[in-house]
Amino acid sequence: MSATGIGAAVRRKEDRRFITGTGHYTDDITRPGQVFAYFIRSPHAHATIKAIDAKAAAAMPGVLAVLTGTELAADKIGNLICGWMIHSKDGTPMKMAAHPALANGKACHVGDAIAVVVAETLAQARDAAEKVKIDYGVLPAVADPAAAQKPGAPQIHDIAPNNTIYQWHLGDAKAVEAAFKAAKHVAKLDIVNNRLVPNAIEPRAAIGDYDSGSGTFTLWNTTQNPHVARLVIAAFVGMAPEHKLRVIAPDVGGGFGSKIFIYPEEVVALWASKRVGRPVKWVCDRSEAFLSDAHGRDHVTQAEMAFDAGGKITALRAKTVANLGAYMSTFSSSVPTYLYATLLSGQYDIPQIYCEVDAVYTNTVPVDAYRGAGRPEATFVVERLVEIGARELGLNPAELRRKNFVHKFPHQTPVIMTYDAGDYDASLEKAMQLADYKGFTARKRESARHGKLRGIGFSTYIEACGIAPSQAVGSLGAGVGLWESAEVRVNPTGSVEILTGSHSHGQGHETTFAQVVSERLGIPIDDVSVVHGDTDKVQFGMGTYGSRSGAVGMSALVKALDKVEAKAKKVAAHLLEAAEGDIEFKDGKFSVAGTDKSAAWGEVTLNAYVAHKFSGQELEPGLKEGAFYDPTNFTFPAGCHICEVEIDPETGNTEVVAWTAVDDFGIVVNPMIVEGQVHGGIAQGVGQALYEGAIYDKSGQLVTGSFMDYAMPRADYFPTLKVDTTVTRCPSNPLGIKGCGEAGAIAAPAAVINAITDAIGTEQIAMPATPAAVWAALQKSNKLPHAA
Amino acid sequence: MAAHVATDMATVTLTVNGKPVTATIDPRTLLVQLLRDHLRLTGTHVGCDTSQCGACVVHVNGQAIKSCTVLALQLDGAEVLTIEGLAAADGPLHPMQEAFRENHGLQCGYCTPGMIMTAVDMVRRKGHDLDDHTIREELEGNICRCTGYHNIVKAIAAGARAMRGDAPTTKAAE
Repeated sequence: MSATGIGAAVRRKEDRRFITGTGHYTDDITRPGQVFAYFIRSPHAHATIKAIDAKAAAAMPGVLAVLTGTELAADKIGNLICGWMIHSKDGTPMKMAAHPALANGKACHVGDAIAVVVAETLAQARDAAEKVKIDYGVLPAVADPAAAQKPGAPQIHDIAPNNTIYQWHLGDAKAVEAAFKAAKHVAKLDIVNNRLVPNAIEPRAAIGDYDSGSGTFTLWNTTQNPHVARLVIAAFVGMAPEHKLRVIAPDVGGGFGSKIFIYPEEVVALWASKRVGRPVKWVCDRSEAFLSDAHGRDHVTQAEMAFDAGGKITALRAKTVANLGAYMSTFSSSVPTYLYATLLSGQYDIPQIYCEVDAVYTNTVPVDAYRGAGRPEATFVVERLVEIGARELGLNPAELRRKNFVHKFPHQTPVIMTYDAGDYDASLEKAMQLADYKGFTARKRESARHGKLRGIGFSTYIEACGIAPSQAVGSLGAGVGLWESAEVRVNPTGSVEILTGSHSHGQGHETTFAQVVSERLGIPIDDVSVVHGDTDKVQFGMGTYGSRSGAVGMSALVKALDKVEAKAKKVAAHLLEAAEGDIEFKDGKFSVAGTDKSAAWGEVTLNAYVAHKFSGQELEPGLKEGAFYDPTNFTFPAGCHICEVEIDPETGNTEVVAWTAVDDFGIVVNPMIVEGQVHGGIAQGVGQALYEGAIYDKSGQLVTGSFMDYAMPRADYFPTLKVDTTVTRCPSNPLGIKGCGEAGAIAAPAAVINAITDAIGTEQIAMPATPAAVWAALQKSNKLPHAA
Repeated sequence: MAAHVATDMATVTLTVNGKPVTATIDPRTLLVQLLRDHLRLTGTHVGCDTSQCGACVVHVNGQAIKSCTVLALQLDGAEVLTIEGLAAADGPLHPMQEAFRENHGLQCGYCTPGMIMTAVDMVRRKGHDLDDHTIREELEGNICRCTGYHNIVKAIAAGARAMRGDAPTTKAAE
């Protein structure tokens, strides 16, 4: 391993601009003549829009335009779409309702964009927005997914009777039924997987800039996947042909999935820019973000797990209602289906699994992928049931897990996935050692001496990352392929630019992608620059989500580097007057086998460009290669997280007192960055378990609509985290990488709740397990100190 | 919110990163808007609208404040230090900046300027030997969504020691 190659904890190249305040996020960009957009949003969860009177607003100082859904329709701006087709059990396609960028005739959730005011200053736009009079006809609303399909529930879209988008299933229902009939024990659980607000600290933003001379649009946007944004806005929204639309994702301040999607505001910024003839900037307020960023999770599930007499799991069954909100966001349909039910086998050899999922509309903000996306929900189902099963059967939870782990690879689950490599015993064993599992009883006794209840919880999770083989996802309904692209441009002086379709919004690609190049070409990491996030510079690529940038994006880079090396060897052969087959390349040096003749990297790259040593018939000048890599399988990161909590029975307050994570991410490119990803994921998962929850009241108002009301995890909510790894190489990609971005968020909620239920002696606790919820649960339990 | 149309502009004079600044502004302009929109000092960020996230923390007369929660006009004559002024443009980084890089105390970087300005103020108030508990409590007003705070806490402890001038920012081997 070199100091800057694969496996080195290289300090990040991108950090200097961030720690000196010289980064360039979308809101930091100012276009000449730029004006500002302010959106008027529905205060009602469900309402017809009877009339909009914008006359007074249009006459306000600085106002350039007040635009509504009427003008949007007149200009034939198309609707936003969901790009993953799911068919119901009966073969009918999902019911995708129209989603115009500005509501046309009806508002379907609080925050639904009704109109936009464009003015010289943001203050002027806000002032004018207050003068826009909208006559709403308020309709009954439904926010609770469990109520959405009930008779008499308010109907949100005509296309979707009973608010049902699809009724999907996976697995063999009859075989599962038979397994349950034969079971010696069945563990059951009703679960609400709480609705979350992603809350990247950089709010979304967009600048639309139309150039009338060339007829081209430029969009600066807080997106994780600029090419996908361009494709959708061109091909479906119809704003401009693809080659007349440039999308730039500059520095992006966190995404966690919420910046994958194509949102109304960027469409409107582009459209308004053409309308007013000026660049139009929109920056989201945090309160506005709560009402317009796609939320995550929001499942209601009944699940059960069947065991034989020896504690072997024989089947799992789950029925889930997934809330997709008022409209189908870009990839919303895939999250509670192929990203969820396919992971219900966990790390276990479960012969039969059956899952039914009803996706429903409600009068709430659209719901889509949020860190983990379906896999945290699946892990929660599996890991809670395993824990409950162990408790009910009187078995040690680690022992029950070991008994059921998959031990032979490849392993075909009953729910599509083929696990290719892993060692689940190893990560469990290592985590138990690091967590000092043996010492838990003594620690519990010590806690009890102080009047506290101590609990310990496991989560041996698995996820499917490296998303994904295009053919496979295509057969499952995806509207896109999920390969990745890379281009390697070698300059005459030997420095290298790599252009990747992946995008970094905190993951440190400028460092890790450069490490791969440094390792391969033997050149200093500072001689490598990474270009991403601009559709005019970078070839089409699919972007960053689903922990795919290492496993898929770097694999494309390796393919391109293979081609660069092959071409450079040809150049070296001419330069060194040797046969191409005799050229060896190592540590940045080309040498002729069996001789002392050699040429440095820089000599060869210069010769590739000056082209003095070969003719045009023999070899093309230059050194630039591209590649598209389509994965052949998902990757399967897995591991074991152990959470220890201490609960104050007087207040119900839960303190996470210890956390141990041992993850198998395959080959790790930069352990420092990987650890950071795990830390962040754990924090979001603990946030889901203990603090966070988007709460709607019965009228569809978001009660938790700001950082004052929605509990974001703070620094003092966490102990020091113990993070370690085990390694089984991923066999399906050249670097052996599995992916690490979502693991913490997937593993953590089940570990926390397993620890709390261990401490309080009842399984009935909802997330977030607030002090009030834990205190209430304790009152019904026998674990109160006086009862102990 | 009152639909107040400001027709009367006002003038404010203050010192920002050591340079005298006079600006004619709408009276409702917040300090963060003055910094970002008028002075193009875009290192100070806005992450919320309820004074919770701390992405906008700067120093005013030597104390950390949330620049989203004070009107620029209130600060006539004040000395303001932003992330851009913490270290000279071509000089070495401030030890706290260096500690954040060395300890991987940032990912997307958006909360980072506020974190660093808060951390420097924390050292001023609490000294150079900061334990985990103190740092975590003191970060109550700063939200990070990426790092889980783990490495921010390490960075601040290391940066605090380095600000005394007798310790490197490098984290201890673990």
